[in-house]
Amino acid sequence: MRKGLMFGLAALAALSSGTMVTTSARAAGEAVALPQHTWSFDGVFGSFDRASVQRGLQVYREACAACHGLKYIAFRNLADLGYSDDEIKAMAAEVLIVDGPDDEGEMFERDGRPADYFPSPFPNDKAAAAANGGAVPPDLSLMAKARPDGPNYIRALLMGYEDPPADFALAEGSNYNRYFPGHQIAMAAPLFEDGVEYADGTPATVEQMATDVANFLMWTAEPKLEERKGMGLKVIIFLLVFTGILYAAKRKIWADVH
Amino acid sequence: MSGFQSNNAVIKWIEHRMPIFSFIDHSVGSGYPTPRNLSYMWNFGSLAGVTLVVMIVTGIMLAMQYTAHVDYAFDSVERIMRDVNYGWLIRYIHMNGASFFFIVVYIHIFRGLYYGSYKAPRELLWMLGVVILLLMMATAFMGYVLPWGQMSFWGAKVITNLFSAIPIFGEDIVIWLWGGFSVDNATLNRFFALHYLLPFIIVAVVILHLWALHQFGSNNPIGIDAKGPQDKIPFHPYYTVKDAFGLGVFFVFLAAVVFYIPNYMGHPDNYIPANPLSTPAHIVPEWYFLPFYAILRAIPDKLMGVIAMFASIGILFILPWLDRSPVRSGRFRPLFRIFFVLLMIDCVVLGFAGANPPEGLWLIAGQLATAYYFIHFLVILPLLSVFETPRPLPTSIGEPVLKGGGSMAGAPAKPMEKA
Repeated sequence: MRKGLMFGLAALAALSSGTMVTTSARAAGEAVALPQHTWSFDGVFGSFDRASVQRGLQVYREACAACHGLKYIAFRNLADLGYSDDEIKAMAAEVLIVDGPDDEGEMFERDGRPADYFPSPFPNDKAAAAANGGAVPPDLSLMAKARPDGPNYIRALLMGYEDPPADFALAEGSNYNRYFPGHQIAMAAPLFEDGVEYADGTPATVEQMATDVANFLMWTAEPKLEERKGMGLKVIIFLLVFTGILYAAKRKIWADVH
Repeated sequence: MSGFQSNNAVIKWIEHRMPIFSFIDHSVGSGYPTPRNLSYMWNFGSLAGVTLVVMIVTGIMLAMQYTAHVDYAFDSVERIMRDVNYGWLIRYIHMNGASFFFIVVYIHIFRGLYYGSYKAPRELLWMLGVVILLLMMATAFMGYVLPWGQMSFWGAKVITNLFSAIPIFGEDIVIWLWGGFSVDNATLNRFFALHYLLPFIIVAVVILHLWALHQFGSNNPIGIDAKGPQDKIPFHPYYTVKDAFGLGVFFVFLAAVVFYIPNYMGHPDNYIPANPLSTPAHIVPEWYFLPFYAILRAIPDKLMGVIAMFASIGILFILPWLDRSPVRSGRFRPLFRIFFVLLMIDCVVLGFAGANPPEGLWLIAGQLATAYYFIHFLVILPLLSVFETPRPLPTSIGEPVLKGGGSMAGAPAKPMEKA
């Protein structure tokens, strides 16, 4: 009897899922399919791989921070990654922060404190563009959510530098990247074998560094991911039990109507 | 009104001065007689009501932390996500709640379309529902602009620019809507003000919607009027518990999305701050607007496209007079059922056409689906009312449902004394 309606509803459900897939695929600009990595933060019980995220922070500071900001992350946030207060203070103290005005009305420089945000490498977008051949290096705080399939995209992009095909006309000042939409990217390959020396002795291959940075940037984009997934499990278990009780109540109350 | 009784002295004192308890009892209590055969498709009205409340509550909490300024809006949303206690939860509920609101309301609408809930004497009830849909769309559109990401900005630009299609005054109207010569701070500020206001207008229209509903009560899956008290049961406890169960199921789905795929229905570009100098490769609205977006783009002429888009909803206002068949429920209309399924498929095709660039096969598909959408309402439904032979209707609601009066302890199930 209700088949028609049910079929239609199923079709509507297909609409929502189907269109999402097509839109995100298109937004990638008909790019090459991204190699899929298995991330520790995937899935219902997903959590960040602390060691990898810490290595990713190191790669960011040594290979990315010269051009890319991370303006939504404060040093204090690094406590989430397992750093101690002293380590955070030490890291913050390595940067100079412009503060002020002081009592004389002058701006002054001081060492960073845990409450400070990661300083952006350029004073403004114009300066950033001037220093980088016209292309502004984007802030990386939200990169993992601002691209379709973000973590895989970041990892693939960093590993995707290669020689252009023979018939590819590469513009002056551009680099060929297999995974960048249009394949022409202003950023030169930022990672090289053993470009950083990991404190924990992990071999610093390009793939390792790319994976670590992607892990780190997923954390910067979604720092509440673990709290979210942990709470979700409890909420859904509660709702399932509660809904089960409501169903039992419904059956009992309706028993004499059916 | 109803036979509301209480022995509580306080309730009696209040009731005597302001009969609010009998009003509640008459609205959603044991004093509201409801058809006994409502299926789960009838859960979606109350679900929509609860979703509206969830959206208003989370929205007010967000408004306490949000800054409506082009320089701070994006940052303030990120602050909510990172530094406000449970801000990420409130925002993800609000963001995905909007999508779920549309899912629920679209099911509610298609239920009404299938079971003929728009037919006499419920035309006004249906039309108030269409008004709610329009208000929801305006609210959702303006809410999407507030985070001031790339899609926020460019979506606002595309949609407000539609009004420039109006002859003679078009350009002036757009400048008036923007509050300036481009989508800028004035635009963001007024969108925030209106996004805060419109939900309360929706509440007001929902009250009218319920008022109209209570005049004749719910339609039902077989679409015939109740013949007597044996066809009805009190809303409370039967439908309160059934709605509560449905609400539980709904919350499981909502929680699954909020906690595990909160950005699935959003667009990644909206995590890029708005940049008036950089146009995204493809500007697409939120999924629930895609069918309308397809209709807009199906017609090469801008003004006609805008008219067609608004007409696709406007046509619902006159639907009660397009479908003249005396039979309400699609269950007894063999041909109507086929065309109903075709209409749903048509809407899905429109959705896909809206998601893809208007070129090649998708443009043609969008145009055909647009044409069919209007043909369904303007040609097929009026013709069906003349040429279709409905199947025989049951004589009463109770007849196919009642299987003898088994009773169970603790569940008093008297049929309603009056219909």
